[in-house]
Amino acid sequence: MNSTARPIQPRKRDAIPLRVVEAAGLQPASPTPPAPAILQATDVYKSYRRNRHEVPVLRGCNFAAASGKTTAILGQSGSGKTTLLHLLGTLDAPDRGRIEFDGQRIDNLPRTARDRFRNRQLGMIFQFYHLLPEITAFQNVLLPMMIHAGFRGYLRHRRQYRQRAQELLERVGLLHRLHHKPRELSGGEMQRVAIARALVAGPKLLLADEPTGNLDRQTGQRILDLLDDLNREEGLTIVMVTHDESIAQRCDAVVHLADGKTVEV
Amino acid sequence: MYRWLLCWRYLRTRYIALASVVSVMLGVATLVIVNSVMDGFTAEMQQRMHGILSDVIIESHSAHGLPNYQDTVAKIRQVVGEELAGITTVVHVPAMVSIDHRGETITRQINLIGIDIESYADVSDFSKYLLHPENQKRIGFDLKEDGYAPDRPGFPESGWKYRRLKAAAEKQLRAMQLAYEQEQERNRLLRAAIEASASGSSSANTAAELSVGSPVTASDLPPTPRDQADGAAEAPHDGHGLAFPELPAHLRSNDGDDAAPSGKSSSATTSPRTGATPGAEQSLPTPGPSVDAVATLDSDQAKVFDPEVDQHEGIVLGISIGSTRYRDAAGRVTDYYYVRPGDDVLVTFPSAGTSPRAINERFTVVDFYESKMSEYDATFAFVPLDKLQQYRGMSSDAVTSIQLKLRDGADLNAVRDRLRAEFPLELMVQVSTWRDLQGPLLAAVQMETTILNILLFLIIAVAGFGILATFFMIVVEKTKDIGILKSLGASGSGVASIFLGYGLLLGAFGAGVGALAGLVFVANINTVADMLETITGQEVFDPTVYYFETIPTLVQPMTVVWVVVGAVLIAVMASVLPAMRAARMHPVEALRYE
Repeated sequence: MNSTARPIQPRKRDAIPLRVVEAAGLQPASPTPPAPAILQATDVYKSYRRNRHEVPVLRGCNFAAASGKTTAILGQSGSGKTTLLHLLGTLDAPDRGRIEFDGQRIDNLPRTARDRFRNRQLGMIFQFYHLLPEITAFQNVLLPMMIHAGFRGYLRHRRQYRQRAQELLERVGLLHRLHHKPRELSGGEMQRVAIARALVAGPKLLLADEPTGNLDRQTGQRILDLLDDLNREEGLTIVMVTHDESIAQRCDAVVHLADGKTVEV
Repeated sequence: MYRWLLCWRYLRTRYIALASVVSVMLGVATLVIVNSVMDGFTAEMQQRMHGILSDVIIESHSAHGLPNYQDTVAKIRQVVGEELAGITTVVHVPAMVSIDHRGETITRQINLIGIDIESYADVSDFSKYLLHPENQKRIGFDLKEDGYAPDRPGFPESGWKYRRLKAAAEKQLRAMQLAYEQEQERNRLLRAAIEASASGSSSANTAAELSVGSPVTASDLPPTPRDQADGAAEAPHDGHGLAFPELPAHLRSNDGDDAAPSGKSSSATTSPRTGATPGAEQSLPTPGPSVDAVATLDSDQAKVFDPEVDQHEGIVLGISIGSTRYRDAAGRVTDYYYVRPGDDVLVTFPSAGTSPRAINERFTVVDFYESKMSEYDATFAFVPLDKLQQYRGMSSDAVTSIQLKLRDGADLNAVRDRLRAEFPLELMVQVSTWRDLQGPLLAAVQMETTILNILLFLIIAVAGFGILATFFMIVVEKTKDIGILKSLGASGSGVASIFLGYGLLLGAFGAGVGALAGLVFVANINTVADMLETITGQEVFDPTVYYFETIPTLVQPMTVVWVVVGAVLIAVMASVLPAMRAARMHPVEALRYE
């Protein structure tokens, strides 16, 4: 799977300190042969309160994503797929059920551990890119490293981080856009920056929320191609939320979601 | 790291927040200015008071004063010891000064102080405040030839030169008056002789002769040519015959026409009269003074005191006793002098002892004293100690107070307490430091400063609420960014610190610029005041009120530091609530926020 011809070597990714993994209370994955589920949600319930009304979104949802594979979560608007993605990314906590990453429960971790998990183990991209408008593409990519390392740590490893960010931007084909602000970039370029940012900390898992939802077909295809490349060449596990059947078909596995439950098709 | 990056970016891109710190800026600048000016006033005032009052004052409340002051001084030296830098003895009495001016007598209540010329300069800055350069170097009670107040434009000609001119003019006036009276007398005698020859009685002759010397006949004179009577009315008040004719010349000289005081008595007595008739009419209410004319004429001649070469004992008057400050038609601040060095004044003061009598003594003004503390300038008059003792009938060993000057850095209160232990109040002696004596004034200024500080800090606090509101807006505006940061693993406290840091930067910026602006303002405060005056036509700083020519300022670095720290603190405190709101924001909701 790993192509050695690409500029990003696995060795490079290992250069990023691993201590975060331990700090997050997680053990490094043990390599078990039959493609284990790196991310798993079991019987998850989640409801939101809107004007005193309890609105159930997820009702006993089960989900598993195999390591090194791409998994699509397919469903209609309002089926709860984005909520599920948020729960998988620990941005929110389920009312019931459990979510495991690498065999470790992550939904009930303390907040700082979850922050660290998001920072180190997880990359997220969104439909609306969610780049900070005030800073350049390059700085946006560096942001997770800044959050991770703190002031002095960042200054100490600055060159390493910058090099990594630059490599990633090169990887997504934006070397010529390093110092542009997000508003000076096109939608596709912004999404590429978002991907670079998601990968800068060297996560194993990428969560994508309608990554092409806001792009024209052609640009969207190129983004999907990029994600495929990353999956193939670097073994990145990708979980992608989409409502587009054709996109879902490109993935290794598809999970259908309707009315807050996973359904077999 | 991202905190500082984002702080910095927000600072660079959110100019509305800068608008919210303008009020902090203004508040800080105002605080710096007000404190500098108040401190300047206080320092200036303290310096002046201190300069006049010396460090420690030992006063006797007994009518006799401190008998045998040498013993007391010896004791003080023993008690104070090393810390003593100077000691002098002083006699204080309440007194009244009568100034003759244009035929009127002006009386002022004064504080007559007998000072020891030798030691007084060791203790106070007295000589610094005198107008004559020589007196500033060394106190003297001799009238100087001239050259008073060289740096003071519009100060009238003073000193021996003036005195001689005046005396000569007076003499001439007196001679004219004498000649006139002799002629009158001759006429009368002639008339009497004619009448006598008509009636043939010799008793009428003697009656006429009697009436010549008596005032009644003198008061009959006025129907004669008016200007002659003017001179007669002015002349007798020894010292001030000339004051009347010469004054108009000086008022003119203020307007740039530097007409020298008419050198010759003849021109002095005749020429200005035409120019000053309105004034002359006012100052000539009664023909009465000519009554004294004859009397003083006689007594002066009896004393063989020649004002052209002799002076009375010298007196140094506080400048406000002998002058008044006003604003002329053109708006300039002008001093008007009732009396000047070279004139004589009459001082009335009580004699020593249990049943005091009023003693009238004539002194020659030898200099003015200007400390620019209006209280002192309006009441203090200085004479030599030995003369005052002699006039009052005190023993030369008795003084009313002893003033001490201590070495720099000496603890005034400790010395005062040691002296109090030695001289208890039962001895009718009071020991106090100069601060004790001016305590209420200093306390009042201190309180004013405190209240102003509180009020101005409230202004900054109000500015803090402005920052609070602006920051809330920014946090709301940045909701999505906060969600993004959280999704990237930023902690709540990390997000909060962005806004706290933002508040800190803004506060530091506002306070820094404000302090700088305040300092620049203070450095150029007088230029600014002048500019405001020319623009608005309104006097900003009125020297007739404050006795300062310019606005005194004193920048105390610690005050500036405290003001800046306080302002920054308020800015940070104002950003706490918005920061907490940002920290608590739920990432999912924040990301969903549109």
